[in-house]
Amino acid sequence: MLTKRIIACMDVRDGQVVKGVQFQQLRHAGDPAALARRYNVEGIDEVVVLDITATLESRQALARTINAVAHEIFLPLTVGGGIRSEDDAAAAIDAGADKVSLNTAALRQPDLITTLASRYGSQAVIVAIDAKRRDDGFAVYVRSGTTDAARDAVAWAKEAESRGAGEILLTSMDRDGTKAGFDCEMTAAVSDVVDIPVIASGGAGSVDHFADVFTRGHADAALAASIFHYAESSVTELKRHLRTHGIPVRL
Amino acid sequence: MIALVDYGAGNLTSVRKALTALGADFVVPSAPEECRQARGLIVPGVGNFGATARLDSPWRDAIGSAVASGTPLFGICVGMQWLFEGSDEAPDAIGFGAIAGRIARLDGDPDQRLKVPHVGWNSLDFRGPARLLKGLRSGAQVYFTHSFAAPVTPECVAATTHANTFSSVVERDNIFGVQFHPEKSGDAGLAILRNFLEVCA
Repeated sequence: MLTKRIIACMDVRDGQVVKGVQFQQLRHAGDPAALARRYNVEGIDEVVVLDITATLESRQALARTINAVAHEIFLPLTVGGGIRSEDDAAAAIDAGADKVSLNTAALRQPDLITTLASRYGSQAVIVAIDAKRRDDGFAVYVRSGTTDAARDAVAWAKEAESRGAGEILLTSMDRDGTKAGFDCEMTAAVSDVVDIPVIASGGAGSVDHFADVFTRGHADAALAASIFHYAESSVTELKRHLRTHGIPVRL
Repeated sequence: MIALVDYGAGNLTSVRKALTALGADFVVPSAPEECRQARGLIVPGVGNFGATARLDSPWRDAIGSAVASGTPLFGICVGMQWLFEGSDEAPDAIGFGAIAGRIARLDGDPDQRLKVPHVGWNSLDFRGPARLLKGLRSGAQVYFTHSFAAPVTPECVAATTHANTFSSVVERDNIFGVQFHPEKSGDAGLAILRNFLEVCA
């Protein structure tokens, strides 16, 4: 039986892992390769490296980070943050990424999704959607959550799928960093209309939050950062908890 | 020396990295003739079955004559699918044909929320003895990402179920294949790659 995936996300700046609360107030969390090694031992299913500065200088640092992480783990590795062109994606993949995650660039130039899917296969292309609740639905934001994209998350996810995306990484901006739980309603709204897997993100604070998003939220995978970085909950403990709740996991 | 065949179907970085970590002596041949001297052949691949059209002769002939002389051949993901006769994904591309049968799309099951593509970790249900699976136990989990899959044939040594039951590991004489990505499947995947290297040694 296909298991529910637990994905650790590392927000990286200048080669170091940091984690923000609602996209601000960054605090230091460690060396990416060392963290990846720990996650691998604990049984993480996948790792995402997000470059949160994405300046030209940080690009080269990012390639070194990807390479260092890719040498520690033989698990799927996704890289995102500031991937704006086919060349950016190729650089990440050549450095050892298996998948790239597109956010702002996918909305600005949706053809990029199709271009990358043709070159590397859909399985290598994740479209990341940052969304906030509004009365009339779920509003997509871009540019690290600063700009209203005037799109609805559900419609955009469907379009991204039709253009060749292999997975959707859906982040609730309302919940990000709050540890108040995933936005299950939003996750289910997206997961129910696409055939590709949906990775829920934003709000993980306890093991029960993961159980919720896999059941009520219809998520295929769940991503978290700080809950793992600071060893508040080990991946192993989380998976044991999920298994006792009848959720299939790799243990 | 192992030949890792690059026919432009996706990215070989992960497979190279895993082989390097296992201490394998391998090359990416630039000409088909190099396949004839190899102790083992690996045909990887991600993406669309249509890409295997680039494996047509002279590659097909070189791989064919190496296999006929006993060289082990290991197909990974689309590379395993290529071992069969063809695929509904790209009906014009002709498979290597070492195994009878045709690759078909997984059905999925919306009622059970079983999506296609099949992405993530799923288990191997062992069907018989296999050199590729030495040291592993039935139920071992590995990482899949695909929409098309091989039928269960006599060569199936492990099957996996995602709405349909399909061949996830095939093995017959010197022909080996896995539908999942051993290079992305943690310790279980590395063990399978190591087993293939031992077959070639």
